[in-house]
Amino acid sequence: MSLSVIIAHQLVNGLVLGSFYALVALGYTMIFGVIKLLNFAHGDLYMVGGFVGFLALSAISGVVGSGWGGIFLAMLLSMIGVGCLGVLIERIAYHPMLHAPRLSILITALAVSLVLQNAVLALTGGQYTAFHTDLGFGGIHLGPIFISYNQMVLVATAAGLMVALEFFVTHTQYGRAMRAVAIDHDMCRLMGIDVSAIIGVTFFVGTALAAAAGTMAGAYYGSLWYFMGFLIGLKAFTAAVIGGIGSIPGAMLGGLILGLLESFGTQIPGIGSAWKDVFAFAVLILVLVLKPTGLLGKSEQERM
Amino acid sequence: MSENLLQLRGIGLAFAGHTVLQNVDFHVAPKAIVSLIGPNGAGKTSLFNCITGFYRPQRGSIVLDGAAMHALKPHAVTAAGIARTFQNLRLFREMTVLENVMSGMHCRTRSGAIGAILGLPSQRAEEREIAARAEECLRFVGLEEALWQRDATTLAYGHQRRLEIARALATRPKLLLLDEPAAGLNAGEKQDLIVLIRRIRDEAGIGVLLIEHDTGLVMQISERISVLDHGVMIAEGSVAEIQSNPRVIEAYLGQDDGEADFDL
Repeated sequence: MSLSVIIAHQLVNGLVLGSFYALVALGYTMIFGVIKLLNFAHGDLYMVGGFVGFLALSAISGVVGSGWGGIFLAMLLSMIGVGCLGVLIERIAYHPMLHAPRLSILITALAVSLVLQNAVLALTGGQYTAFHTDLGFGGIHLGPIFISYNQMVLVATAAGLMVALEFFVTHTQYGRAMRAVAIDHDMCRLMGIDVSAIIGVTFFVGTALAAAAGTMAGAYYGSLWYFMGFLIGLKAFTAAVIGGIGSIPGAMLGGLILGLLESFGTQIPGIGSAWKDVFAFAVLILVLVLKPTGLLGKSEQERM
Repeated sequence: MSENLLQLRGIGLAFAGHTVLQNVDFHVAPKAIVSLIGPNGAGKTSLFNCITGFYRPQRGSIVLDGAAMHALKPHAVTAAGIARTFQNLRLFREMTVLENVMSGMHCRTRSGAIGAILGLPSQRAEEREIAARAEECLRFVGLEEALWQRDATTLAYGHQRRLEIARALATRPKLLLLDEPAAGLNAGEKQDLIVLIRRIRDEAGIGVLLIEHDTGLVMQISERISVLDHGVMIAEGSVAEIQSNPRVIEAYLGQDDGEADFDL
């Protein structure tokens, strides 16, 4: 294969991977924005989202089939269900800790992560669950380059979700309130904004995006596992930091950059795919050293 | 007394045994401009925080237009009709001027979160309504259209102060609390502020309560003045009554920092 074909293929692979990272990173960064919590359970909600999407598809595939239409519907159901789970977790586990020292709530997040993982472990017996779909293997050939329809649908869906999020955040009262809550809780209260309701909305939206990614990843890779959220949680965290944690465009950009870096990284001679995680976290360390605020992050500054 | 816009009775506030406010009675008549003055540390800002629901006084009642405020959360107090600005500017940075004002209208919107997520037509219509109302507030305080899409914190200081007032007005208050609105303004800007405060009362029909150290401004604009000292309301009256009140003079002369130059 010529170099340009390899580059084109890795570009597509990187976009697919980057879409998953970006969707999960968005929730990470939004939740960090409103309550300054690194929600370590976020990757596990992606995993739960995959399983809920799988169950939803099993329930409805008799009627709608298990092509992209069925998967899309299952994804929506998973987003709603897991979104509500995210709100529930916030109310039960995080809300009582909001005024406790930062470390307490961080440890709570780790505990939530363990609870979710072990609940799914208990339910599945730790086995891989096959995610059966009727997705074809079709695609288009652009000369020597092959792009599958699945890859295109996946990237387009992720892009659609991100455009919808961008609209929500910039053109609706709730989106604006979410950004305002990320800046100043007390001022929001004085503007008549119910801060704890907005935190709830943020958890719903952020978790729903992770669930969408989980369902799509399950359908795309064809399997689910109770531990599948761990690594992507760390990767999404990395993506959020690369983009600038707290910044929504930053999370999108960071996700795509990380996806592309990983897929191209595996092509560097001497660095096989076994090294791609090393590559991702090396980038994290580099960003933290060179630009700790991330690509689109702004440094916190106190004004008078 | 019952027809007062704001009525505080017997407010008592203490932190860890330290008394901050003691049996404070206070009122603002409808469409009045009232100043709350007193030496530093007298408890003025604490009283503001009680009115806006940030502090919950241990004793007493706060009633706005017949409705009890003292058990409400801050966002509910704002929804009931009390807005405030801050001594230190607290605009939402990284948001435009227009967005800052629009965020102040959250409690006046009807579309729920689900409508917003789905982008329902009713939500979009309301979004236009909100923008129109926000523009109206910006024009009211005299911020011209060229500034609306700028990042709020890039505005000149005097403009940022006006923006804070516009954002507070967007919550559609019955009563507006201004915490040192003249701080940092030059003489010309102070005169503009006086005109603006009068228009808020006359044109929008909103009662105004201000904390202000600039005694010249206070004397010029206030219809009634209340004086707080060491957490106790020591005087209430018209400008002339306050200027000749011996307890007030004592409270101010007893203070030895630069702000004691009470202009009598």
